[in-house]
Amino acid sequence: MSQSILIRGGRVIDPSQQIDEVTDLLLAGARVDAIGKNARRSADCVIDAHDRIVAPGLIDMHVHLREPGHEGKETIETGTAAAVAGGFTAVACMPNTSPALDNDSQVEFVLRTAARNGHCRVYPIGALTKGRQGKELAEIGLMVRAGAVAFSDDGDGVMDAGVCLRAMQYVGMFDRLFIQHCEDKSIAGKGCMHAGVVSTRLGLPGIPALAEEIMVQRDILLARGAGARYHVAHISTRGAIEMIRAAKQAGVRATSEVCPHHLLLTDEACETYDTNFKMNPPLRTRDDVAACIEGVRDGAIDCLVTDHAPHGAQDKEHEFQDAPMGIIGLETALPLFIKALIEPRVIDWLRLIDAMSTRPAALLGVNGGTLKPGTPADVTIINPAIDWAIDAGEMRSRSRNTPFDGWKVRGRAETTIVDGVVRYNAGR
Amino acid sequence: MTPDSREFRGWTRKHMLSLGELSREEILHVLDTAEGFKEVSTRSIKTVPTLRGRVVVTMFFEESTRTKMSFMLAAQRLSADVIDFSEKMSSTQKGESLLDTARNIEAMGVDMMILRHPAAGASYHLSRQIGCCVINAGDGTHAHPTQALLDLFTIREKKGRIEGLNVAIVGDIAHSRVARSDVQGLIKLGAKVTLVGPPTLVPRAFEQLGCRVTHDFRRVLPEMDVVNMLRVQSERITSNVFPSTREYVRLFGLDDEAVQLCRPDVLIMHPGPVNRGIELAATVADGPNSSILRQVTNGLAIRMATLFLCQQAAAA
Repeated sequence: MSQSILIRGGRVIDPSQQIDEVTDLLLAGARVDAIGKNARRSADCVIDAHDRIVAPGLIDMHVHLREPGHEGKETIETGTAAAVAGGFTAVACMPNTSPALDNDSQVEFVLRTAARNGHCRVYPIGALTKGRQGKELAEIGLMVRAGAVAFSDDGDGVMDAGVCLRAMQYVGMFDRLFIQHCEDKSIAGKGCMHAGVVSTRLGLPGIPALAEEIMVQRDILLARGAGARYHVAHISTRGAIEMIRAAKQAGVRATSEVCPHHLLLTDEACETYDTNFKMNPPLRTRDDVAACIEGVRDGAIDCLVTDHAPHGAQDKEHEFQDAPMGIIGLETALPLFIKALIEPRVIDWLRLIDAMSTRPAALLGVNGGTLKPGTPADVTIINPAIDWAIDAGEMRSRSRNTPFDGWKVRGRAETTIVDGVVRYNAGR
Repeated sequence: MTPDSREFRGWTRKHMLSLGELSREEILHVLDTAEGFKEVSTRSIKTVPTLRGRVVVTMFFEESTRTKMSFMLAAQRLSADVIDFSEKMSSTQKGESLLDTARNIEAMGVDMMILRHPAAGASYHLSRQIGCCVINAGDGTHAHPTQALLDLFTIREKKGRIEGLNVAIVGDIAHSRVARSDVQGLIKLGAKVTLVGPPTLVPRAFEQLGCRVTHDFRRVLPEMDVVNMLRVQSERITSNVFPSTREYVRLFGLDDEAVQLCRPDVLIMHPGPVNRGIELAATVADGPNSSILRQVTNGLAIRMATLFLCQQAAAA
């Protein structure tokens, strides 16, 4: 049962109100009750948050929960357990399940299962096209009614420009977010890592930066005509970031997101053929990493996401070109973003929370991302100073496929409160 | 510290995975060791007891009669027990992973695995997970170290040196493990490497690996001491990376007319099997400058040296 919780003495950061001050936060039941002086009242439960950051619950708008179809890799239950352990109070799940989330009953299944087994909020993202085949429009309107918050064929881009235009127009009718996995398959081919000197040396087929950029450029033209809200998933190349920056300046409603690995790793990591460095888009060059960081700094990149993509050891323990793409990220994202962005002073905490909570909530059109009184009591309490080592063996996700095992990091979520209920509490 | 700057203190590697990880001194050591084994093939009894009691398995997941035979013969001449496990299906098709297959074979008491596999890095993958020696007999488009070693051996034998030579490698560089391994070995031993082919088959990234890239074969031919012609794979002919075989032959084939542009003592190489009339005219393949059969003979000595050195390092 939810009760009143007083979070005392923390550094409360709320980008939606431009708040960054040490004060108190009172939650009453499932709602935020008060911030500051008005919050100093008795409560059923008091959390001492000295030297902690108190933020609106983190929202990861790019997650693969694998259910239905691949429950051996992850389920809605284990994926959301990993989410709350990483400080996320909500995740948006991609539709490349088996079968794909391409109709209203699939969307309802996810919402029902999440309500029953989930540890945090789950927002389904519906497929743009039937079976994610890129040919016929899926029942977008019915999925909106069932609760889909955005639409994407993530895992694949919509290759056909005509289909893509119609999908944008259709999604625009409901003012939902159109999320594109930007990869031109005719250029990417069977590529399994970034196309460059390293792939040439390793003899692995490459995915050129061009494969991403050509679709971003095409989509910007389409989005301008369709008037849709267009969002580039897991952006990874300098060229694509520059295009989004220019599109924003030109008034196109275009946004983008980036993953921790594209801020911290380069294609050189593939040198040992370790499949935990294989994901899509692939790890790019040093110059692309610099461009991603610059994009977060100047706002060309709006959101920080994980692209949490669980695969079992038996899936990943294959030859590099045969292994599946993707890595898990929910339980490592916050410290990795701190390492990539806060420690080198690229952005401040206000902007970090904005990119991990307030912006995703706004783009998805969902509650959250704010601590305004009366809003849902989704709160993440972060210890920004704790030093620890990432240990894949400790994770709550059903899968262990992370390239960051053993990394020494600083900062982590300590308490995750969803709807006024403490769903995760590290060592307390 | 780069491998090249390390002082050579004898062979310590139990695996032969790629020339990329070998120092110049290590490469020369294999070549010198192979010199000693060359003589074995000329004896009436063509075996030495070096690997007696050892079990060598050839694991070929891709068709290659001559490489497999060369390895098997090399192991037999060293008195090893040789078994063959060959399967054309990939592990994913079969449902058993390469690693599981290898662990099963290793459990039967195998000392060395000679692996040919369609996936780049497959031999790295195995060498990290299992205990016995792994010899890479070709992994995808990544590496074919013993082929490169026998190419280097043949060049040194015919030219007396490698340093300072102009070497052209011609054809499908993009999909060639032979080209990649040759490039690594040649550059480490001081040769100047020119890669020749259409842009669809010669990635510019090779320039950053120390090579010159050109698309004009006839223009560079007169400079060359060695011309290594790669096989045109039949699957490339149908995959639209060049318009037609006829055009390819005109632009990048080595025929009698093209040989006229070469130095009289040019060494013409080919890793085999030759598409006669495509990359090489039959008369050129059989001509006085061709070292194709010599490469095959030398391959045996190189593979004996490789098996010998790796097994010794494993036993030490």
